[in-house]
Amino acid sequence: MLHRYTVPLTIFGALALAPLLGFGAGHSLSLLARAMILGLGALGLSVLVGGAGLVSLGHAASFGIGAYAVVMLDAAGITDAGVVFPTSVLAAAVFALLTGAVAIRTAGVNFIMITLAFGQMAFFTAASLSAYGGDDGYTLYARTRLFGTKLLENRWFFHYLLLALLVLAWLAGRRLLASRFGRVLRAARENPLRLQALGFSPYPYQLLAYTLAGALGGLAGALLANATEFVAPSFIAWQRSGDLLFMVILGGLGQLHGAVLGALAFVLLEEYLAELTPHWRLIFGPLLVLVALYLKGGLLGLVQRRG
Amino acid sequence: MNTQLLLIQSLNGLQFGVLLFLVAAGLTLVFGVMDFINLAHGVQYMLGAYLGASFAAATGSFWWALLLALPVALLAGLLLEWLVFRHLYARDHLAQVLATFGVILSLNQLVRMVWGSAPLQVPVPALLEGGIQLMPGLTWPTYRAAILLAGLATAGLLWLVVERTRIGALVRAGASNAPMVAALGVDIHRLFMLVFGCGAMLAGFAGVMAAPILSVEPGMGDTVLILAFVVIVIGGIGSVRGAFIAALLVGLIETLGRSLMPDLMRLFLAASPARQTGAALASMLVYVAMAGILAWRPRGLFPVRAG
Repeated sequence: MLHRYTVPLTIFGALALAPLLGFGAGHSLSLLARAMILGLGALGLSVLVGGAGLVSLGHAASFGIGAYAVVMLDAAGITDAGVVFPTSVLAAAVFALLTGAVAIRTAGVNFIMITLAFGQMAFFTAASLSAYGGDDGYTLYARTRLFGTKLLENRWFFHYLLLALLVLAWLAGRRLLASRFGRVLRAARENPLRLQALGFSPYPYQLLAYTLAGALGGLAGALLANATEFVAPSFIAWQRSGDLLFMVILGGLGQLHGAVLGALAFVLLEEYLAELTPHWRLIFGPLLVLVALYLKGGLLGLVQRRG
Repeated sequence: MNTQLLLIQSLNGLQFGVLLFLVAAGLTLVFGVMDFINLAHGVQYMLGAYLGASFAAATGSFWWALLLALPVALLAGLLLEWLVFRHLYARDHLAQVLATFGVILSLNQLVRMVWGSAPLQVPVPALLEGGIQLMPGLTWPTYRAAILLAGLATAGLLWLVVERTRIGALVRAGASNAPMVAALGVDIHRLFMLVFGCGAMLAGFAGVMAAPILSVEPGMGDTVLILAFVVIVIGGIGSVRGAFIAALLVGLIETLGRSLMPDLMRLFLAASPARQTGAALASMLVYVAMAGILAWRPRGLFPVRAG
């Protein structure tokens, strides 16, 4: 059995060392940036799915809202990080709070469907925003300014900022799941009836978890907008929500660093297959099916069984 | 907005509604009987449309295309069931969502490889060209009327089978409590194969029928799938009657919203922003309606499942 910190420390250590070990070129760094940002969003989703048992198929909406907050502020000439990032986080959190208030009243499959529907709602809204490019998207000519500087344009700084945020989110998520709050969430997943008999209503706990995951998604979306310097409705397409779920499962559901591992594996796999053939989805799709069918415990399970 | 346009758009809405019903009927039964969430059901609709387009081009006759496409769509459905879906019945919803999502990615790409990315056009059959005069100066395309009638006839037939036959009684019993039906000595897997096959064929039928009025393109199933999910969630999972009513409702909201909303917004806004907000509101309308209905009745309008 591996020590419980071996795997997460290896993942984060590899991310910290990657730029120094020959992955410091523009393309590699932007690939890793993408992986870490998706990892940040997948982390929130992992808390929802793994912790609370809430399978959301609309998590990309929070990404989109975070990203579009950056776009709208940019169009209004506001690019200061002190305004942009809090706005992104807050907007995504409010959206999650409002939609979650309805969605969490339902359970099981209805929850999956209603989160999917809310995601579509966000998608169509973004596609109709012709002032921000509509279907074609919106190009950001400069990244968000940090204390009036262009630090975020510096790829190395951006890389380590993302890594720091990722580690912070991971630590916070672990604390959250280990706390009393996390125990109520797990109890609500395992046996809501018994939880209610103990005098807890699962609803406010689940809603708070949903809102927090949304907020984290909003932050990830704002970072993604900065990383790609371009925002389009495709950020919110329901396939992106499916991708995020896949990352969580691919990495392994039981532990939060599984989401980070899953995001890394997803991005690298996508990149590798896309270089191989333009029809890479024909390999990727069946692979996804196989993972869902046979890779119980995800990559983490694979690593831990061997260790 | 005049009454003539309103009438035409209402008819279009009903016609779209019955198409949705054909897709949703299979989905809701499969879901009700096996508790199996099949995101790839939209693929069946897409396959129907592509097969219809190919057979129409090869034989030169829409009717031959319809006749040939249905059994091939059925076979494709049964093949998928055998390859992937039957390994998922005992799994949780998360695995089902992921695996069927993988099936969508694979088949969308396969379709793109076989038929190309460009939309295909299918001519309206000669017999159903032209329009029906509803009142002086007001005609409605005959083909749309034919879809409406065919959809209503199929819905009626389905109602007869489900409500008035022994097989239908088993299907209803399966939707309300599948383990109990199995315990009573019914081969629930054979029953399910039947339901699944019928559902696949109905969706394929909807695809063939839609081919002459919609562009046949990769991913066309995804949009319909999401609306079909909205339909079954509003209608109550497992309920054919609920799916029918909800499908007409969603068809009407979707179609009328798109034509009325921009005009409605004109009352409050200038022309250009009115068009934009109107379009955004129209695409959201269905989801808002769904959220409203679920907030009021979390298990849909006609819940079937006991407990």
